[in-house]
Amino acid sequence: MTGLVEIRGIHKVYGHGETEVRALDGVSLDIEEGDFVAVMGPSGSGKSTFMNILGCLDVPTAGSYRLRGVEIGKLDRDTLALLRRHQLGFVFQGFNLLARTTALENCELPLLYQGVARTERRARALDALDRVGLANRANHLPNELSGGQQQRVAIARALVSRPAVILADEPTGNLDSTRSEEIMKLLVELNETQRITIAMVTHEPDMAAYARRVVVFKDGRVVTDERQRAIPPDARGERQGAAL
Amino acid sequence: MAITAIRRNAMRSFLTTLGVIIGVASVIAMVTLGRGATASVTNDISALGNNMLIIVPGADRRFGSSSSAQPFTQDDVNAIREEVPAVALVAPTSGGAGRAVYGNQNWSTGVTGADNSYLRVRNWNVELGREFNDGEVRTGQAVCILGETPRRELFGAGSPIGEQIRVGTVSCEVIAVLESKGTSTFGEDQDDFILMPLVTFQRRMSGNENIGAILVSATEGVPTRDAQLDLIALLRQRRRIHVGDEDDFVVRDMQEIGQVVSTVTGVLTTLLGAIAAVSLLVGGIGIMNIMLVAVTERTREIGIRMAIGARAGDVLLQFLVEAITLSVLGGVMGIALGLLGSWGAARAFDLPWVPGMDVIAGSFLFSALVGVFFGYYPAHKAAQLNPIEALRYE
Ligand SMILES: Nc1ncnc2c1ncn2[C@@H]1O[C@H](COP(=O)(O)OP(=O)(O)O)[C@@H](O)[C@H]1O
Ligand SMILES: [Mg+2]
Repeated sequence: MTGLVEIRGIHKVYGHGETEVRALDGVSLDIEEGDFVAVMGPSGSGKSTFMNILGCLDVPTAGSYRLRGVEIGKLDRDTLALLRRHQLGFVFQGFNLLARTTALENCELPLLYQGVARTERRARALDALDRVGLANRANHLPNELSGGQQQRVAIARALVSRPAVILADEPTGNLDSTRSEEIMKLLVELNETQRITIAMVTHEPDMAAYARRVVVFKDGRVVTDERQRAIPPDARGERQGAAL
Repeated sequence: MAITAIRRNAMRSFLTTLGVIIGVASVIAMVTLGRGATASVTNDISALGNNMLIIVPGADRRFGSSSSAQPFTQDDVNAIREEVPAVALVAPTSGGAGRAVYGNQNWSTGVTGADNSYLRVRNWNVELGREFNDGEVRTGQAVCILGETPRRELFGAGSPIGEQIRVGTVSCEVIAVLESKGTSTFGEDQDDFILMPLVTFQRRMSGNENIGAILVSATEGVPTRDAQLDLIALLRQRRRIHVGDEDDFVVRDMQEIGQVVSTVTGVLTTLLGAIAAVSLLVGGIGIMNIMLVAVTERTREIGIRMAIGARAGDVLLQFLVEAITLSVLGGVMGIALGLLGSWGAARAFDLPWVPGMDVIAGSFLFSALVGVFFGYYPAHKAAQLNPIEALRYE
């Protein structure tokens, strides 16, 4: 059985010669279906670079990254975009909702690119909003929502396309502790009840404590990789997304 | 999607398209008005008569002819009838001014002596009453036919047929009224005249047998140019003009004049249309400008879309469709404005309003092309953005 994510000795080097920066310097990591991985480490240790590669927004300079058995390093821009469209969901620190666009329309966007028909799009976007507890805010614009609510819309947008992995780079970085905990509980719930695989960057040990596994980066390498909770057996194997 | 993006920025979208709106509107207005002017002139010329040539005495002085030259005679008219097969109808005329009086109404107007062939050549139709009969023409009876203007001035709403009016010193019976041709492009009232038999006019008004002008129409199928040359040859011979001497008369081809005028207004129309088209191009540059700003402003949006799974081609298409939608919307509004404006102007200048499907379709297509052309570069720029950098953009 191949894992969801298989990363073997990836490097990412920015610049040349004098200004060369080794953002990732030999990272190997496997992620299984149903896991919830927290990525920690000091600023500049390569966490975001790692997440960008994991999210197929970027390709490694060297090494191998297989997502569901597909080698990413050799793919062109358009194929990477299609992978993101069908396999990945993103949650950002800055929410990154489209301005002047309602919560519902924001959630419909990934489905629009997938070519899902209008009525199904509506229904699924509403369902996703319902799962983050914002069905009653469907027609609100981002600037009419609080930070926590915006982040929940962003999570709804990430999960609406039924991705293999949701990637979250410091999703609670812009939120106070109460809102942060709400977001974390939501992610935990999605991971536990919907068995969605999650990879999340965070600075705060309190937030990392929610994850099943904590990976710590330093200078572009993984220094520790600890499992806090096991992945429940029924989450392994077949992808559960279809049950959503 | 494009519509949504445009609606979200309604005011700016409108200002962006203003250039295209004005460009398209001016193209439509210019061409429509230009064609109206051409149609109007062409109408006037054909109202003068089909295939008509006018022969007047006097050398060609470019602007009119000198009046001192020897007038034509009935013999000249007969010679033309018999010896020039290229001519179908010959209408000798003589004219002057006169005061028409009926009861206590009076009206100063043009008086023309002619026969029925004058009506044929000049395309006049009788609205009320009858044409001259042979006896009246031959013996010079005191009968007359009124143009619409003297009829209105003398009789108001009443029927003039059978009434006696006085024209100058001649008392005559009204036998007909002509259909109105209205005012020409050049502001002349074409209906302001009274017609009487040529012999009546010569005997009782001018007091001589001179013929002031001969109107002829070329035989169907014969080029007016041929008729013109035949007439010149005949009249030079009859008036004994030596080889090498100038003509002392002019044969004017009305169709030729019409064609010259049409050509001139046509060229003017094209020129004005072209100038307006340049303003449409400027409108396109406006769209490009705003789209470039939009790409920069919406860098983060582009990053988000790419993260969500938009390919470079999807982003390119999105921005291109937005640009085309903007310019086409501008085009449609411009067409409406141009039609409305030209309709108003046509009414104000008393010109026919001739909106052409070709200009409308052309401007529509052109404005869409402007969208494609000026939208492509900004759209391409947006599509080439790196998603990571775009997402980090503040
Ligand atoms: N586009 C880039 N060009 C050059 N250097 C970069 C770029 N992105 C990141 N880096 C560098 O790579 C290192 C890792 O950055 P990053 O992955 O953002 O760290 P973290 O998210 O852990 O703070 C940093 O030294 C950063 O300056
Ligand atoms: Mg970072």
